Amino acid sequence: MKVKVLSRNPDDYVRETKLDIQRVPRNYDPTLHPFEVNREYTRALNATKLERVFAKPFLASLDGHKDGVNCMAKHAKSLSKLLSGSCDGELKVWDLTKHECVRTLQAHEGFVRGIVVRFCGTSFFTAGDDKTIKQWKMESPGYGEEEEPLNTILGKTVFTGLDHHQKDGVFATCGQQVDIWDEQRSSPIRSFTWGVDSFSAVRFNPVETELLASCASDRSIVLYDMRESAPLKKVIMTMRSNTVCWNPMEAYYFTCSNEDYNLYTYDMRFLDRPITVHMDHVSAVLDVDYSPTGKEFVSASFDKTIRIFPKDGGRSREVYHTKRMQHVICVKWSADNKFILSGSDEMNIRLWKANAAEKLGVLTPREKVAVNYSQKLKEKFQHHPQIRRIAHHRHLPKSIFHQTKELRVMKEARRRKERNVRKHSRPGAVPVVSEKEKHVVTVVK
Amino acid sequence: MASPGKASVSDSHVGKKKKPPARYWQEETDGEKKGAEDGGRAAEEEPRTQKPKQEEHQREGKRFISGKSDPFPGPAPIPEDRLQKFKRKEKTKKHRRQHYKLRDIITRSEEASEMAQKQAARFDILLPEDAGFLEGDEEEDTYTISQEDIADAVDITSGAKYFNLKLSQFGPYRVDYSKTGRHLLLGGRRGHVACVDWQSKQLMCEINVMESINDVKWLHSETMYAVAQKKWLHIYDSNGIELHCIRKFNDVLRMQFLPYHFLLATASASSFLKYLDVSVGKEVTAICTKTGRLDVMCQNPHNAIIHLGHPNGTVTLWSPNQKEALVKMLCHQGGVRSVTVDKSGTYMVTSGMDKKLKVYDIRALKPLQSYFLPAGASCLSLSQRGLLSATTGDVVQVYKDVCNTPVTKPYMAHRVRGTAWGLSFCPFEDVLGVGHGDGFTSMLVPGAGEPNFDGLDANPYRSAKQRQEWEVKALLEKIQPELISLDPCELGQVDQATFQQRHQDRVQALGFDPLAKEKFVPKYKKKGRSSTGNVEKRKRQVAHEDQRDIIKQTVEDKMKMEKERKNREKKKAKLSGSRSALDRFKN
Repeated sequence: MKVKVLSRNPDDYVRETKLDIQRVPRNYDPTLHPFEVNREYTRALNATKLERVFAKPFLASLDGHKDGVNCMAKHAKSLSKLLSGSCDGELKVWDLTKHECVRTLQAHEGFVRGIVVRFCGTSFFTAGDDKTIKQWKMESPGYGEEEEPLNTILGKTVFTGLDHHQKDGVFATCGQQVDIWDEQRSSPIRSFTWGVDSFSAVRFNPVETELLASCASDRSIVLYDMRESAPLKKVIMTMRSNTVCWNPMEAYYFTCSNEDYNLYTYDMRFLDRPITVHMDHVSAVLDVDYSPTGKEFVSASFDKTIRIFPKDGGRSREVYHTKRMQHVICVKWSADNKFILSGSDEMNIRLWKANAAEKLGVLTPREKVAVNYSQKLKEKFQHHPQIRRIAHHRHLPKSIFHQTKELRVMKEARRRKERNVRKHSRPGAVPVVSEKEKHVVTVVK
Repeated sequence: MASPGKASVSDSHVGKKKKPPARYWQEETDGEKKGAEDGGRAAEEEPRTQKPKQEEHQREGKRFISGKSDPFPGPAPIPEDRLQKFKRKEKTKKHRRQHYKLRDIITRSEEASEMAQKQAARFDILLPEDAGFLEGDEEEDTYTISQEDIADAVDITSGAKYFNLKLSQFGPYRVDYSKTGRHLLLGGRRGHVACVDWQSKQLMCEINVMESINDVKWLHSETMYAVAQKKWLHIYDSNGIELHCIRKFNDVLRMQFLPYHFLLATASASSFLKYLDVSVGKEVTAICTKTGRLDVMCQNPHNAIIHLGHPNGTVTLWSPNQKEALVKMLCHQGGVRSVTVDKSGTYMVTSGMDKKLKVYDIRALKPLQSYFLPAGASCLSLSQRGLLSATTGDVVQVYKDVCNTPVTKPYMAHRVRGTAWGLSFCPFEDVLGVGHGDGFTSMLVPGAGEPNFDGLDANPYRSAKQRQEWEVKALLEKIQPELISLDPCELGQVDQATFQQRHQDRVQALGFDPLAKEKFVPKYKKKGRSSTGNVEKRKRQVAHEDQRDIIKQTVEDKMKMEKERKNREKKKAKLSGSRSALDRFKN
């Protein structure tokens, strides 16, 4: 007779001393772990609920401006510095870690229209309503010294926007025309016009550094090559675009914020229809900025909210609002991909988390593992109705909630009418126009 | 987990001298015994098959500077069966052109799961324990080996797992082991309840409820247990203190605990199947089965479906989400005496008053095997590794591989004192607990228990702290009763919209049905040619136009076939050539 009976030595399964950690022998046999999918689903549901519980995106409010914040600029080299210009011509430099203002200067008379930090981070440019462009040192002046610009350029017309080249000492302004300036000269080296009398924003492409995009008041977005004398091409839309931002990773895409409550992502090469239409705002979109990863962007709107959109998603994944935040004029995504800064009408700059439920500070390895695991689970079960409902639910201010509903009803009514017209007319007489094609009027080359 | 064959390889390598290669005439002359040869052949064959492989590798493998080459290039191979064990599902079919982003996502996730499968299969080799076994000598049946012999042959700690508790006073006992297999709960018919840490033989508590007891069951951990008493359902803690008396649950005869759902399913004499959520203490559902007294019950551990056996020979399957039975199976001619389902949810074993023992494939709902037991089995239990124990009167028999192959002899047999009333295999141990009229017997059944437990799921060696942590985790992961269904993986499958549904959505979006046929409206004709009769006639001319072609085609095909058949017959007749005188009248 040969016999063997299971007989375990407890020493192999129990810790030796109280100072050790407990032994946990594993066996990954699927039959020992029944209801795998159901348990994972439950975990995913819990993770989604916890995410909503811990979603506290608002971090701090930076107050000190005496008028609405009109423009902001990130520092090119330092994460903790932020520059902001207000409607009374005042410019402030903020230390974000301490949440305090470190420097204040009266840059212009009237609005500060644009601020941009030079790529080296040692100086910055401002443009204002007083028809001047000023260059300032980044360092604050020493004790007893006057706050004075390094350089002042007096232009002929009001400037409405400003951007600096990525590598060279060249910057661009826009106003009645788009001007390219050399830092050393007091007159523009090149001026672009294309039959319009005002531009609202200009941006250099971060990768193809000689390219620019600008938004014009004739409802068009114009593309330029700095090396050529004439603009490249433009796309005319049904409504005016306010600002434009290039995707920093895939720099042939840019997103523009439009007056018709939407944002449009275009491929620079194919302007005849946008790649994506981003809808959710209920009022004009005033500003847009990409995250440094190029996966998402944030938009500021006249409806007193900021929203975060995935770059290829039609709907926003997140909406931020507070009772006191008024029309948001400018917004920036910090260079470490963790924070969002919004400047609004009621003189405050607000600091938000880019990921509302994220824990700030250093994570232990086990925390990291847990976060990654729950992230994966949420991703896996995101389309299940219960999880989807919880993950998508956001509290909205009453006005926005009702406006959203109203817009939906209007849109549905329009759609229904179009459908009925199509139904009762000759086949092909009323073609189906997709949402993407609806908003583009023409492309001019 | 080295197989016995492999072990002998290393033996021969160390101990014996290397034999010269066998020649063809040597096989007859070798005076070795048959038995020894069997072991030896397996040992010899392996290196022989390996050698050419090594040479191949040498040719292929990367050469080092020293001139040697890696004899085992690439990652270590994983046996196919081991990979199969961890396989979750088939690969999804991917569209070739459409949805290139989705295709990428699917490809990536499949790669990840494949890697996980391989790693799990690799890890399987490192598992520390092997399953037990019992082999008789030549021409000795294993069922003739007595428990005392086994207990003597094995080590002391294992031998101590064979014991008898003489409790003749409160007679026949129900038995339940906790999920980790450390704790044993005994419930005597005449009110005696005892819970024991049976390995250390430490008595945790012992009470008499002064009422008759129908069933006892551990709840999720060893701190609480439920007792179905004469009237109500009571819950006690491990010190014997009554925590709850649940008056909603009356006349309970049998209970099952669903550990991942925290549900206590009870079957009562008034034919009610009720579910109690023990984490919040609420009744989830009460189902009136309308089938009389319910005293045969088991659960399917794979999908948490409750199986009930009835006196009319049917077995019904229940989930808390449906007021009717999911499945009704007629399993026996007489009443059903006992039901049990294996761990993987594949097989169901039933025994009935017709003295038969039947095995069903519960996924396909098909009978697999049918056995005749002269006395009929009153209690059944399946172990983690698929051994079936059945009691007939006071004899406990254990069978091996009943599900797949017809079995003629039991694997083990043991006679207890008094009729057996409760029967349960201990999880993660080679032990079978039998509650009978004269107390309790703990039997040694080698090869019954799963040798390697998972520490995060059920750890027999866990400390109190670990148990508390596990409890919190388990409660967080409690599966809602709504998720109980016949297929537990249903939640992970893609919910594909049917054609009908997609068509409906399309109609909704477009506002009209693109596939709908235009209705024929006859033109108005003057001079009385649009009379009702004429219009109907014209309508009839175009009616079923789409089907006409099909009908025409089928009729033609039929004619053709008929013609061909006739031709063939004619030819056959001609070939056979035997024309009778009457054939001239045929055409």
